[in-house]
Amino acid sequence: MLELNLARRAPALSPVASEAGVKVATLDAVGRLALRVKAAALAGRASVDGFDLSGAINSRSASGESGGERAALRLGPDEWMLLVPADETDERLEAVTAALTGVAHSLVDVSHRDVTFSVEGRGADAVINAGCPIDVSPSAFPVGSATRTIFGKAEIVLARRAADRFTVTCWRSFAPYVQGFLIEAAKDTL
Amino acid sequence: MSQPFRLASGGRIDRTRPLSVTFNGKRLEGFAGDTIASMLIASGQHLAGRSFKYHRPRGILSHGSDEPSALLSVDWRADRGPGRRDPNNRASVVEARDGLVVDTQNHWPSLETDIGAVNDLLSPVFVAGFYYKTFMWPRKFWDKVYEPVIRRAAGLGEAPKVPDADRYSNRHAHCDVLVVGAGPAGLAAALAASADGTRRVILADEGCEPGGALLNDVTSSVGGTPAMEWVAESLATLDARENVVVLPRTTVFGYYNHNHVCMVERVSDHIADAPEGMARERLWQVRAGEVVLATGSHERPLVFENNDRPGIMLAESVRSFVNRWAALPGNDLVVATSSASAYRTALDAKAAGMKVSIVDIRLETDCGPEFAAAREAGIEVRTGHTVIRALGKKRVSGLVVAKIGSGGGIGEKTTLTCDCVAMSGGWTPSVHLFSQSRGKLAFDPELDAFLPGTSVQAERSAGACRGVYDLAAVVADGAKAGGGSAAPEATASFTGFQPVRVLPTDADASRVKAFVDFQNDVTAKDIKLAVREGFESIEHVKRYTTTGMATDQGKTSNMNALGLVAGILDRPLPAVGTTTFRPPYTPVTFGALIGPARDELFDPVRKTPIDGWAAKNGAVFEPVALWRRARYFPKAGEDMAAAVARETRAVRTNVGIFDASTLGKIEVVGPDAAEFMNRIYTNAWLKLKTGGCRYGLMLREDGFVYDDGVVARLAEDRFHVTTTTGGAPRVLRHMEDYLQTEWPDLDVFLTSITEQWAVIALQGPKARQVLEPFVSEIDLSEAAFPHMTVKTGYVCGVPCRLFRVSFTGELGFEVNVPADYGEAVWKTLYEEGQKHGITPYGTEAMHVLRAEVGYIVVGQETDGTVTPDDLGLSGLVSKVKPDFVGKRSLARPDMVAADRRQLVGLLTRNPGEVLDEGAQVVDDPSQPIPMKMVGHVTSSYASSNCGRSIAMAMIDGGRERIGETVFVTTPAGFTEATISNAVFYEVKGETADA
Repeated sequence: MLELNLARRAPALSPVASEAGVKVATLDAVGRLALRVKAAALAGRASVDGFDLSGAINSRSASGESGGERAALRLGPDEWMLLVPADETDERLEAVTAALTGVAHSLVDVSHRDVTFSVEGRGADAVINAGCPIDVSPSAFPVGSATRTIFGKAEIVLARRAADRFTVTCWRSFAPYVQGFLIEAAKDTL
Repeated sequence: MSQPFRLASGGRIDRTRPLSVTFNGKRLEGFAGDTIASMLIASGQHLAGRSFKYHRPRGILSHGSDEPSALLSVDWRADRGPGRRDPNNRASVVEARDGLVVDTQNHWPSLETDIGAVNDLLSPVFVAGFYYKTFMWPRKFWDKVYEPVIRRAAGLGEAPKVPDADRYSNRHAHCDVLVVGAGPAGLAAALAASADGTRRVILADEGCEPGGALLNDVTSSVGGTPAMEWVAESLATLDARENVVVLPRTTVFGYYNHNHVCMVERVSDHIADAPEGMARERLWQVRAGEVVLATGSHERPLVFENNDRPGIMLAESVRSFVNRWAALPGNDLVVATSSASAYRTALDAKAAGMKVSIVDIRLETDCGPEFAAAREAGIEVRTGHTVIRALGKKRVSGLVVAKIGSGGGIGEKTTLTCDCVAMSGGWTPSVHLFSQSRGKLAFDPELDAFLPGTSVQAERSAGACRGVYDLAAVVADGAKAGGGSAAPEATASFTGFQPVRVLPTDADASRVKAFVDFQNDVTAKDIKLAVREGFESIEHVKRYTTTGMATDQGKTSNMNALGLVAGILDRPLPAVGTTTFRPPYTPVTFGALIGPARDELFDPVRKTPIDGWAAKNGAVFEPVALWRRARYFPKAGEDMAAAVARETRAVRTNVGIFDASTLGKIEVVGPDAAEFMNRIYTNAWLKLKTGGCRYGLMLREDGFVYDDGVVARLAEDRFHVTTTTGGAPRVLRHMEDYLQTEWPDLDVFLTSITEQWAVIALQGPKARQVLEPFVSEIDLSEAAFPHMTVKTGYVCGVPCRLFRVSFTGELGFEVNVPADYGEAVWKTLYEEGQKHGITPYGTEAMHVLRAEVGYIVVGQETDGTVTPDDLGLSGLVSKVKPDFVGKRSLARPDMVAADRRQLVGLLTRNPGEVLDEGAQVVDDPSQPIPMKMVGHVTSSYASSNCGRSIAMAMIDGGRERIGETVFVTTPAGFTEATISNAVFYEVKGETADA
């Protein structure tokens, strides 16, 4: 059997530098598991394999040491995006599946489907609002928020990690568009 | 040009910062704070353009965004190259700065001498609706003669011919209160609304400096201080509040549903050394909790003969140029008015050193305190007088006025010599945005105005835009609209006016040009003519005469036109109707609307993980939905036909490699997954074994084919669904729709995995040989891995979902690997395939190959009106399932009629002839037109494997007509073809019997 070779991985994007006040950077690959399970089936369980599922809709809950962090973005009433370090993806997939034995659910590896950008710096909120119509004021979209929304003509998942730092996740074929739009918008923060 | 009419002191200009612009090739001087209009006036130049239809000389009417006449072409940064010029800028809102190149419009050879002015003499020809009457026939003259001639003769500025070189940005914003307009009402509203620091307030004003009408005011006080000091204090207070955003140079132009308000901010046009890349304009899309409209009002011109002569201006505008810009619009001023407010202009102009007299239509007894104030200042006032006409051509030189007799007769005429006229026919509240918000207008006869009536959205109006004109009342009204209770004291204003539509005259009305709409050159007699010809609704009069339909949307003209029509018909004004205001409030550049959505950001161009390889290997691409796909891979000297012939032959003789990554993919997971599949697709799914694949056909509720694709069962509760490339989003939506609304009881979940997997199709007799060396944990033998099955394992060491499927009829595999590995796996297989003659092929060859073996493409053979049976696929429709989407519709009589169009093949008599896709099919080409069409061609190709052309067609009752001859349209006429079976090629060797 041939060995799984991570070096074969070719990212969806070649690096493009943005020179504006707000920095747009492509983040390294992570493991992404799309989890769907109804509340009734979950029967009150607040966590599965260390993933905290108790967060409100449109929030990001994280647990574990940094580096080995397990984050759960709750994107809908029965929908989470579980994030894990790339090299742990298969392990977590198996563990979550095992933890949900007998529970009606769907767990799908979409690690290669999505690309994430960080948008960081003073004015990052304005850069997000260049293409995203939702209210990202600190009261409406505080640190720890995560939601599915749009950016220009692309669907994205937006998360706020700090007052001036967001992550923007989109499908890989939309990534050049989203990246280009973010960098374009960041020119307003020169 | 120097500035002979500039006052030595005063005004809101910065005399320490002189500047100059190029105006019609000459140097025009001014100061920071000027507009082009104020610079022209300071230089003594009033002639600023030629009119739309008659090419009459026109001056500057207004000081604001309602200016109809002084329209300029502006090259904003001529020094930075082309693409920065735009037409129809109002001189009164273009902020002056060094480097602007401005030109007047609509004249030839020059502004001073314009040949087109002959239209003024020919004006009896150009009456209202003249083009409907004059250019009736011959019909063919319209395109070739009339329209080009009319377009050249009439019109405003010249549209840019090169792409816009500037950057435009876009911004969404949210607030609790949006205040529109930073005049006295808006400032008071913003102050009150933002007092609570938790409420987010945006204050937007179209001007370069907040203050609104107070910018023109040197006599009033607010809160015990001069008005502009109050403005400055208010702004300082607002600036200090972190919950407030003040946006000058920002025009609110559109008011949409749910308090979605659009505005355009002029970001850098006024900055002389704006850095490269700084946005020119920014489109703001604001979602506001509440909106306070404090949009002010527009002054009405008076309608009398030659009221459009340069030097004749709105009274408030004269006051504005004198006070705000310290520029005198002349030496001898006549104020012609039916409104009290114009007396303030007279007083201020006199104080600034102009010679002033007043002609008031009103009787002395109808005047208020303004009359005494004027007398006290030594201004001669003629009450009860009318203006018969203006004298002068390129500049007003006098006004002929006359006393109105008690019976309405015209008394003795007097000529008042002057070089400037300030006219006021009263005020029209600016209800544009309220009307756009779908609020209902209510007519107030006392104020002779439409005012905001019932609101539909969370908004309220304050100040002059709802007919409150007295400054103290305006400030109080604004504060109240902002949620406050207290308001500062303010000076009383001269208010009140007597509505007058057309000034009384003894001249022959049919020979007189008294303008109602300055921008579209509509006169009072045009409107009278329209009414005489039977147009009674203002909506019809507007369209017939074009009054109010210019780029200024009739801001200065609507009430005069409306009142005129009502007067002629002797009906109350609301009975004639009012205008529906539509966005934009003032013209908006396309650049602002488009923002960054241009070039590569116009639309996402979706590329597969293998796109880079394809580009390097010479692929010619085609768009498929948002994807770009490799269409064919030409070798040196090959055209598409040659490349496709080679690629399709290679697949049937050796092996082809094809990027199928764009296929839509959905992972359907859950205990009820099989039941869900059973209901969504027409065929049976419950018995499909794990590891099996099945071709599925999906219908809409109406029974017509919606999508198709191969579905693999990966586990008892897990399906890997494929869809067409273009159908992926709508299939997912269709499935979600049923799941959420019809079958919420099913425990099944959908996840889009289109982009998780790169898909590499290996098709051809040698496909297995290419793949074999790289596969682990999968037995590729026919016995272990038959057609229409799926296995998981590893290819090139990466996890793989391997499908044994075929869209060519040949032995085929589709290798699904996680997307990041797609290119590496492709390259590895391609290298290995060299020994087997592997050939990359594109979508064109894919289409030919599938047509050779009679496979359909949804969207090509189907058009949304095709049933499974029409395609000869009734075998895929379960007869035993209790239900599936579309089942009941399939039983409708029309859906089972024998003469429905059915899929068949067409073979041209000449085997080299390739039919046009979409061509119509008839039985007898000698029928008279219109012929009976019996079908159409859906797919048509030259097939090198068949050695001839092949085509698929939908023909009425086609399956019963195999072997018959029909005729197919060609660009030249008709060609003969024979109806055949839709399978054209028989696969040799190991086949894929789908």
